[in-house]
Amino acid sequence: MILVRIAIQTFGLALGQIWANKVRSLLTTLGVIIGVASVVAVIAALQGLRATVLQEFEKLGAKRVYIDGTLPRSQWHSGRWRDVQLKIDEVKAIRDRCESITSITPEWWGSYAVEYGDRKVAAAQTVGIWPTWHDIVGRQVIQGRPFTAIDDSERLFVCLINDKAIEELDLPREPVGEFILLAGRRFKVVGVVETVQLALFGGGDTSTEVFVPFGTAQVLNPDGWINDAWGSLASPDKVGDAKAEIGFVLSKMRNLRGGDEPTYQIEVLQQFIDQFNAMAAGITAGAGGIVGISLLVGGIGIMNIMLVSVSERTREIGLRKAIGARPMVVMIQFLVEAVTLCLAGGAIGLGVGQGLIMAIKAIPDSPLKDASVPAWAVLLAVGFSAGTGVIFGMFPAIKASRLDPIEALRHE
Amino acid sequence: MTIRIRELSKVYKLGVERVHALRGVDLDIGKNEFVAIMGASGSGKSTLMNVLGCLDRPSRGVYELNGKPTHRMGAAQLARIRNEEIGFIFQSFELLNRATALKNVMLPMIYSRRHWRSARKRAKAALDRVGLADRMSHKPNQLSGGQRQRVAVARALVNEPSILLADEPTGNLDSVTTHEIIELFRQLHREGQTIVIVTHEEEVAANADRIVRLRDGRVLSDHPTAEDPIHRRWLAGAAAAAAEAALKEGLAEGAPA
Ligand SMILES: Nc1ncnc2c1ncn2[C@@H]1O[C@H](COP(=O)(O)OP(=O)(O)OP(=O)(O)O)[C@@H](O)[C@H]1O
Ligand SMILES: [Mg+2]
Repeated sequence: MILVRIAIQTFGLALGQIWANKVRSLLTTLGVIIGVASVVAVIAALQGLRATVLQEFEKLGAKRVYIDGTLPRSQWHSGRWRDVQLKIDEVKAIRDRCESITSITPEWWGSYAVEYGDRKVAAAQTVGIWPTWHDIVGRQVIQGRPFTAIDDSERLFVCLINDKAIEELDLPREPVGEFILLAGRRFKVVGVVETVQLALFGGGDTSTEVFVPFGTAQVLNPDGWINDAWGSLASPDKVGDAKAEIGFVLSKMRNLRGGDEPTYQIEVLQQFIDQFNAMAAGITAGAGGIVGISLLVGGIGIMNIMLVSVSERTREIGLRKAIGARPMVVMIQFLVEAVTLCLAGGAIGLGVGQGLIMAIKAIPDSPLKDASVPAWAVLLAVGFSAGTGVIFGMFPAIKASRLDPIEALRHE
Repeated sequence: MTIRIRELSKVYKLGVERVHALRGVDLDIGKNEFVAIMGASGSGKSTLMNVLGCLDRPSRGVYELNGKPTHRMGAAQLARIRNEEIGFIFQSFELLNRATALKNVMLPMIYSRRHWRSARKRAKAALDRVGLADRMSHKPNQLSGGQRQRVAVARALVNEPSILLADEPTGNLDSVTTHEIIELFRQLHREGQTIVIVTHEEEVAANADRIVRLRDGRVLSDHPTAEDPIHRRWLAGAAAAAAEAALKEGLAEGAPA
């Protein structure tokens, strides 16, 4: 009871002392300030980065599954990439037999010259797709219409372009109905697809894209490969089922046995999120190390100033003991002073950290625009600084509590 | 008996050397006594006072304060005794320079179980009692030596101790302020306070009702003031000196300007 009362009184007195010796207190707690500011800034920055990354994944679609043929590392010399590419039958089999995949589209990639009038793009990225592509990939058709089943089955010479293509080919602002030359053949533009800007995943310099029905793409290049396929999950938590089902179908069609390495890969966005989280944890641990060191340095600063304080105030300690302060009470007094000093440093550190975050957020197009200091980071900072005070204030406090009153009073 | 001391000795160890500061002191002090402890430098006065004030523990012997055997107590218990039963006044005042007179006087009550709620009221009353009602918000460096010692007396009184101990309380004061402080002690004594003071000055001891003289850590003599031979000799000398001074003054007055 008496200890609690003394702790509270000392806290008030110590705050007053800190205020009275502003510069000295600031210098003393510099280590704690830097430690807390950096931990707060790093945590807030990671939070902001995570928010941005999750938004990007959101844009990409959390339900999307990516399927691709791949050579296992052990076969890089012996095998041929061509042999492990997805076949259209395989894509159809997945479509028909995998319950957890609601729709799928192959992607048949090519690169052809595109011309309109006297404008020409030498190597435009061209993708052959099924009409299901629209729902799976989720890119909006901002003018005209999406592909239909007839476009594909009749192998019509129709195409979708992105808005970058309008610019690069100098097409009219409303290009639907215009004809462009793709690989030397006339294609009718039936729609315009939005260009998706991704800040983190290689966006920004998107150029002309042309989409054609899958069937038509096979006409353009009968020897082409299906480079990959995108599927859509029935729901995001069906990831495990989907992988098992696709794996089962492909293994069977490729005659793979139990021990064989798969010649395909199935990626889900959740994996990228997991990878990002692992990276974030790594950064946090690294930052934690820096923070630990600066708190150690800060703590030693605190210990030093407390030792100085104990020796400066030896007579005062002697007097306090002479008028009845128990050793425990003296110890609590000095401990509370150290903790108060550290907490003040922690508070300033929080402010500095917050300021850093504001500065980063103010940078235009910052990927950290959503950075903010979460409540638990504030608690963490407070806990860290109080802990530093207790640990490094303990030795000086014990020293003060053990002073002999008579000798202390005789001290000059 | 307020204080009961038997066979008290205190040995300081300085490396291999041993200093016998007290060698078997017996002493009883009753309620409302005013005792002066005298003796040459190094005779053990301060050592005795520190034991009486529970600041130090005897090497051997018995010290009972109000019937409680303090020589058997631990550090925390002694702290409590110091807080509740003892008022100690130091030669060099020992005030906190950062704090006002009022805060200085409130200090012992911070560590008290009983009085902390009424600390401010009690501190004001104590300052009033020593005649410093109008100096409460002054800091020690804004006070004279005598006023500082009064603050220290107020601080010693504030928890209503059963004994007031003062080790050379006037050692740092001039004769006028010494007189003031002694007058304060007399007043407290009249109000019923038990007082023990250490002094080198017969003039100060003259106000006590008993003089205990130490030599080499032993009680040399213990008499009521009026019966103390050394004090009587000093009184006679002082009277003669006063007569001589009066004579000189008379001569001076009689002389032509
Ligand atoms: N802490 C100590 N360590 C060693 N010896 C000490 C200590 N304190 C006192 N002494 C010795 O004990 C003896 C008594 O000292 P004390 O201070 O009690 O004398 P005193 O009568 O108060 O003298 P003074 O009139 O000078 O104040 C002295 O010989 C002194 O040197
Ligand atoms: Mg002395």
